[in-house]
Amino acid sequence: MTKVNMTVNGTPVSGEVEDRTLLVQFLREDLRLTGTHVGCDTSQCGACLVQVNGVPLKSCTMLAVQAEGGQVRTIEGLADGDKLHPVQAAFRENHGLQCGFCTPGMIIAAIDMIERHGSDLDEQTIRAELDGNMCRCTGYHNIVKSIKAAAVAMAS
Amino acid sequence: MYETNYHKATSVADAAARIEAAEDGKLLAGGHTLIPTMKQRLAAPSDLIDIGDLDELKGISLSGGQLTVGAATTHTEVAGSADVIAAIPALADLAGEIGDPHVRNRGTIGGSVANNDPAADYPAAVVALDGTVETNQRSLSAADYFTGMFETALGETEIIKSIRFAVPEKAAYCRFPNPASRYPMAGVFIACYPGNVVRVAVTGASQEGVFRWLEAETALSANLSAEALNGLAVDADAMLSDIHGTGPYRANLVAVMAKRAVANLA
Repeated sequence: MTKVNMTVNGTPVSGEVEDRTLLVQFLREDLRLTGTHVGCDTSQCGACLVQVNGVPLKSCTMLAVQAEGGQVRTIEGLADGDKLHPVQAAFRENHGLQCGFCTPGMIIAAIDMIERHGSDLDEQTIRAELDGNMCRCTGYHNIVKSIKAAAVAMAS
Repeated sequence: MYETNYHKATSVADAAARIEAAEDGKLLAGGHTLIPTMKQRLAAPSDLIDIGDLDELKGISLSGGQLTVGAATTHTEVAGSADVIAAIPALADLAGEIGDPHVRNRGTIGGSVANNDPAADYPAAVVALDGTVETNQRSLSAADYFTGMFETALGETEIIKSIRFAVPEKAAYCRFPNPASRYPMAGVFIACYPGNVVRVAVTGASQEGVFRWLEAETALSANLSAEALNGLAVDADAMLSDIHGTGPYRANLVAVMAKRAVANLA
């Protein structure tokens, strides 16, 4: 077992893990942060996206020990108390989720694309950048609408 | 995933010593092939030596007509690099089409070239751009480096440090992605050098992995236009044939992607 230390949603955490433990397992099973989901487990669906040192990546395709010393942000770390993050709020207002399973990953991906493109983010770019996020309810239309609305809201 | 022992290398020399000492060690960079493979229990290395964060393996530099990309440079970094976009825009395009945005944030050029998946994109660029693979032991030309599907000249404990590309006058890469996996079913990289030298490399299609389409090179050297490829074809029997497409289907895709690449040269 190896001791890992990292900061998750602003709080320093540590744990004892096997080296083969995936970051998503550590988050869900050790820290009980079950907002980050495991969809495909084959690095394709994006339900497990988290930010590590500000970069969105698939936590099912990274070992927990690789995040040693890092800053991890999950879906649980976005809202400010009862106040939803603007992307979360936009998903609620625009019915950007049906079953909700893909939503944590969609929101982490959306925050990154809004940070990079700002209010210029257009529908075509959003659809292209959602290449790595799958919604099996196929509710993409409202997801795209939510991200577009959030980009506008965050710019103002 | 079977049990393994993780080591974070502090330098290339340290990584070399650790992989030498390991019973059945594997180098880990972005991990976007190795970790999924381990999860499926198709690989079970006793030790993982992580070289993904080594500064000496990162970075992009341009000098003397050569573009050098550190092995641990991610696809996102290559796609967004001002040096790459200025010198070889086709290489930036290629990097920006691999996987999806989050895969590109982790996957590295060195990992792609080391694995030599027959459906990987980077090998086509290395071959067409007269690339050189710099390891901790030697320099290898693309011709010497790629030896077959999932096979390279790399020794068991050899570590890629960087890939060097000869900056062309113009180049283009066109791929036909599998609709589900997005891996290219055929990808063609064309690069033009002074003196009407044209290099054509094909990935995704052949049973032997990346290859140069010499017949197309000769035709394009004489006449750099899509029409020059009319009537030319790669051997359908040498192409991959599986549930995603037959050999003749892939052979046709190679010709179509080559023509599109010629039309997109920039």
